[in-house]
Amino acid sequence: MDAFLHQVLAGLATGGIYASVALALVMIYQATHLVNFAQGELAMFCTYISWSLINAGMPYWAAFFITVAFAFVLGVVIERVIIRPVENAPVLSVVVVFIGLLVILNSVAGWIYTYTIKTFPSPFPEQPLFGNRYLSSHEIGAIGVTLVVLLLLYAFFRFTPLGLAMRAAAQNPESSRLVGIRVGWMLALGWGLAAAIGSIAGMMVAPVVFLDPNMMSGILLYAFAAALVGGIDNPAGAVFGGFLVGVLENVLGAFVIGNDLKLSVALALIIGVLVVRPSGFFGRVHVTRV
Amino acid sequence: MALLEAAGLHAAYGQTRVLHGIDFSMEEGTITTLLGANGAGKTTTLRALCGMVRTQGEMRFGGQRIDGRATEDIVRLGIAHVPDGRGTFALLSTEENLRLGAYTRKDREAVESDLERVYGYFPRLRERRSQQAGTLSGGEQQMLAVSRALMLRPKLMLLDEPSFGLAPLIVKELFGILRTVNEKERVSMLVVEQNAAMALDLADHAYLIETGRIVLSGTADDIKHDDAVRRSYLGY
Amino acid sequence: MSRREQIVLLMVLAAACALPFFVSNYRIFQFTLVLVYSIVLLGLNMLTGYNGQISLGHGAFYAIGAYVAAILMDKYGVPYWATIPVAGVVCLVAGFLFGLPALRLEGLYLALATFALGVSLPQLLKYKGIEHWTGGVQGIVIAKPDPPFGLPLSQDQWLYFFVLAVAIVMFVLGWNLLRGRVGRAMVAIRDNHIAAEAMGINNAMVKSLTFGVSAMYTGVAGALGAVAIQFVAPDSFNIFLSITFLVGIVIGGLASISGALYGALFIQFVPNISDEISKAAPWAIFGVFLIGFMYLMPMGVAGTIRLGLARLARRAQNSRPRV
Repeated sequence: MDAFLHQVLAGLATGGIYASVALALVMIYQATHLVNFAQGELAMFCTYISWSLINAGMPYWAAFFITVAFAFVLGVVIERVIIRPVENAPVLSVVVVFIGLLVILNSVAGWIYTYTIKTFPSPFPEQPLFGNRYLSSHEIGAIGVTLVVLLLLYAFFRFTPLGLAMRAAAQNPESSRLVGIRVGWMLALGWGLAAAIGSIAGMMVAPVVFLDPNMMSGILLYAFAAALVGGIDNPAGAVFGGFLVGVLENVLGAFVIGNDLKLSVALALIIGVLVVRPSGFFGRVHVTRV
Repeated sequence: MALLEAAGLHAAYGQTRVLHGIDFSMEEGTITTLLGANGAGKTTTLRALCGMVRTQGEMRFGGQRIDGRATEDIVRLGIAHVPDGRGTFALLSTEENLRLGAYTRKDREAVESDLERVYGYFPRLRERRSQQAGTLSGGEQQMLAVSRALMLRPKLMLLDEPSFGLAPLIVKELFGILRTVNEKERVSMLVVEQNAAMALDLADHAYLIETGRIVLSGTADDIKHDDAVRRSYLGY
Repeated sequence: MSRREQIVLLMVLAAACALPFFVSNYRIFQFTLVLVYSIVLLGLNMLTGYNGQISLGHGAFYAIGAYVAAILMDKYGVPYWATIPVAGVVCLVAGFLFGLPALRLEGLYLALATFALGVSLPQLLKYKGIEHWTGGVQGIVIAKPDPPFGLPLSQDQWLYFFVLAVAIVMFVLGWNLLRGRVGRAMVAIRDNHIAAEAMGINNAMVKSLTFGVSAMYTGVAGALGAVAIQFVAPDSFNIFLSITFLVGIVIGGLASISGALYGALFIQFVPNISDEISKAAPWAIFGVFLIGFMYLMPMGVAGTIRLGLARLARRAQNSRPRV
């Protein structure tokens, strides 16, 4: 029972990471109806930037916030420069552009930083908080950071005019133009925010899995699955999905299958859910009118 | 100087030409209606004015050229477009829809008082202010669309078939409010309509468009009382 | 097919037949792989281009075909040419069975499900329980076949012609299928599945069958590939293979038969070219190629050629004097 509880709680910690990346995926999906497969590599790349800053002597939190800002700008630039030229192309062609971006980011990171694993510091203390036996300080801290980010995002979208404009632009670009919203820049903003969230996720996960160019590929897959399970057009669902997938992965890996096949089994379970509920748990069921 | 002018306006969707060089103009403070059958080019004219369609020819608003400019910029000049189909942000609340109408404005206090005034014109919207806009009835969504346009404090409103799908009593109510807004707030209006009778009652001037060309123009009164014109062009 | 198209096709076939006598054995091997990949891409294009069902997991069917061939040759001494149809049938069934539950999934959800398939299969192949059959992580090595009847060809040349023959058969079959009623039903489902159902098309049957046929093509190619490379191992069939196939059909041109060949040429040679341009970050160069191709030819090579020819025809028509 003790071990089970530990796995569940550890699952919540990794689940927070999946939730963050899933949220980033949902944000871009809501604005563009596309899943940004390069999200993980973007996060990994920004985490390396942070590593460089810390290695150069910068204190952790300074590097953290500078990296988040850098990630935001990078996201905006990528949308305006790389994605904008193909925004009217067929869906699969845009997917290939995403794949190209993914491959470029991965390869450049490997070229600049090599493929040897690096350690990444955690801002949280070594000793477990409150002397508990279940979660390390970092795991608690990661969950905390995730929740803070989610709350800030929620407040931004719900209560600020810019957040309202972004929601409008994602739902109905034509009407948005009619009220004067510059839809193109709203898209770029969405990418910037998604990149920033991804970079935070990367910096939270790197201390645990160590930093290397392929760090995020497994996470991206779980985040994608989480976003779908929660309902691809529902940010809250993405968060729920993230935590669910995290717990599932940990419990399966520890008690049922063992680490080799846990990926396959987790995915099989997720697909099982989707076959039963094709729009995910909280997704909008699309009723098509004939 | 006319508020709105178009000279030699052509418009096309891809390879298909829809407008073949139309001319019209509007004075400030007036209501003009653009009549015509389905497919005549009425909606295209409004979309051309907002930069949503590829055009050739000149369009001027308050003396400034607006052809070739982006929709978002034209909106900032004070033109509010109530599109056909209403263009409601279905997933957002009624009040969020209204606030979006004022997105480009910087005068916060005036926006709040405009919100109150709009609720005054359409009390039913106030009742439904937190409701998801997509769940409003057709008539309420039309009121919402008009209100959203009013929230811009526009100089010119473009309305695309505001009577579409609405019961006659509601249309009367709506047009009455449009008249009031035009008189009290000096908002000029260009109203595209298929329902010629009601539109001619509302408007000061009228144009008739047929397959992309203007075939008739004059004051609404003249056209209303000209039996020959009514019968041959407007079918009543 | 118009006269001009027939002539082009004959020229291409003639060139293909002449090729092995003018280039090195290694080049012949590379072109053999191009033919193998073109079969895969034709199969995947049927599913994704013509029928609108995305698959990020076709590497799995390729692997199944390859392993069927390898196991039959290694454990049962079956001659290489007999393994091809067996691989095809096994994958036809596997694809159909996968296609059935996948009926409920659309777009992204189907992408995830197929992605899961593509990711899990290599792991399953490494599973200790079936190591006796699959050879585990080390895989299986198979012998290169000799030309029959003592023909004066090198092994690489013979293999090239064998694969070419199979490819021609597969392409002709595919062309017939896509041209006929089933092909039209596939496209109808892609464009408007509600209308298709209303017109009397059995969506479920057509979609599952398309999955099966698409998997069959990929399985046949996998078996051919295994014989050509003489080696199968789980890590050669990872998720990147599936992604490469998808990239191939998009670059080649969706819903086009010639697109399969263009795409195959791309995925075989552009990584090599990228490697020559930059040894340090070859995949970055490959990524640049991908993005560049999509900017210049968003409809793929075949799609762009089609548009270009149409534009030329329209211009010729416009410049002809009106009578």
